[in-house]
Amino acid sequence: MKELLTSFLSFLDPQWINLIWSLFQIAIVTVCLILTVVFLVYFERKVIGYMHSRVGPNRVGPKGTLQSIADTIKLLLKEVIIPDKADRFFFLLSPLLLLIPALAAWAVVPFSPEFIIADINAGLLYLLALTSFGVYGVILAGWASNSKYAFLGSMRAAAQMVAYEIAMGFALVGVLMAGGSLKLGEIVAAQSGGVLSWFWIPLFPLFIVYFISGIAETNRHPFDLAEGEAEIVAGFHVEYSGIGFAIFFLAEYINMALISVLTSILFLGGWESFFAGISFLETSGFSFLTEPSLFWLLLKTLFFLFVFIWLRASFPRYRYDQLMSLGWKVLIPITILWIGVECVMYVMQIGPWSV
Amino acid sequence: MKIIQLIKKLTLIDFIKGFIVTLKAFFRRKVTVQYPEVKTPLSPRFRGKLALMRYDNGEERCIACKLCSAVCPAQAITIESEERTDGSRRTVKFDIDAFKCIYCGFCEEACPVDSIVETNIFEYHMTENQQRIQTKEMLLATGDQYRDQTIENKKKDSRYR
Ligand code: SF4
Ligand code: SF4
Repeated sequence: MKELLTSFLSFLDPQWINLIWSLFQIAIVTVCLILTVVFLVYFERKVIGYMHSRVGPNRVGPKGTLQSIADTIKLLLKEVIIPDKADRFFFLLSPLLLLIPALAAWAVVPFSPEFIIADINAGLLYLLALTSFGVYGVILAGWASNSKYAFLGSMRAAAQMVAYEIAMGFALVGVLMAGGSLKLGEIVAAQSGGVLSWFWIPLFPLFIVYFISGIAETNRHPFDLAEGEAEIVAGFHVEYSGIGFAIFFLAEYINMALISVLTSILFLGGWESFFAGISFLETSGFSFLTEPSLFWLLLKTLFFLFVFIWLRASFPRYRYDQLMSLGWKVLIPITILWIGVECVMYVMQIGPWSV
Repeated sequence: MKIIQLIKKLTLIDFIKGFIVTLKAFFRRKVTVQYPEVKTPLSPRFRGKLALMRYDNGEERCIACKLCSAVCPAQAITIESEERTDGSRRTVKFDIDAFKCIYCGFCEEACPVDSIVETNIFEYHMTENQQRIQTKEMLLATGDQYRDQTIENKKKDSRYR
């Protein structure tokens, strides 16, 4: 693709071509993300419906596929209500503060060895920074709405994010030690091979901890105390209507997709195939099954998205003290312990990183 | 005991169990009824929209005894009566407030001449607030419209009364 662009625009400076190429990539990723969210809303409602023995949305369009488009149009057409005593500036800013980091984090996510918007060296750190940045949007939204419920919701979100950020960071330390790089592309490269050479086996506890704290980070069920419909109405976004609410919604789903794609990249070998390394397949006509491709990444991501929704359909919400004790007393000790174990394995030359 | 609990916690056994429950439901046959196109069967005893019935000769059954309005727990029925020229007592006003009515069916049971009945119509609506007051004419019209259906339902149910 890039070669095509280069030959087409050969009269321009290579710098300009790089810029255009980056903008092009950004546009593709953003549009794909928004389409993913549209799909995800439908997918979620359908899957939860099926898990409740219902059929889910099936009225708008064939099999209800246009349902989320109808929902979007409805949200866009609704009136934006700004409460009288709200802080107008922050009230309008905070949805964006949530959405922008959610989108910006995708800059370092590699979709294939070549397709990555910014292949920076500190990719993993950048991700950690941006995923925790989202909490500012939540806190400001709660504060600016000037409402008790919103404020309580954002306080909860802040405490929760701080607690789970640590567990998440430690889990990423484990990945960093195993992958030997902060670049996501190199982490995937370190996992090349079949199912058995991916990091999820040696780092299994970290894999689980990462995913759990990822759910907590995105404020998804069963950790959506910041929203807690039963006790604080809708939490931090209770005062938002119309497009403001839509942006919160969008950010939440983009974050969900981000956590899913990161879990697949960090622990399940990214674009590596499930069947890689099976010589029987490689020699026969099925070699396309063993080759790394975007398809595998999407498949793994879809699986994790399904787990997100599956969790929501299966479990009740955590109580606040349970949430805190899970974060501080269970997840963080487990990660620290496993990093110790990993050190021992490293020294003893057991595992995939014994180079 | 504590160790067993610890193992239970660490292996996330309970979570996996929960997951399996919902996964089973995922593949189960769905129970949704596509309502406006498909309808669930109704019992002949179903208590829906109220109606006033007539005799076969077209004379209204109601004798203005006001038993129904006395028994109505929601006090939804308002009746005023007068003597007709032929000496019989009939209602001049028979209003039922459809918003007050709780569809208990007591009026139907109390009526000595089977005048007031509950049809099994449950899909009806009104566009103006005043229309919630079902006047005598409206009630009689409902009775005429669903006469055959209602009589048939009452016959089916009479075996159990
Ligand atoms: S059904 Fe019950 S509530 Fe309704 S009018 Fe008859 S007695 Fe009153
Ligand atoms: S409807 Fe029946 S119970 Fe009510 S006033 Fe008329 S005859 Fe009496």
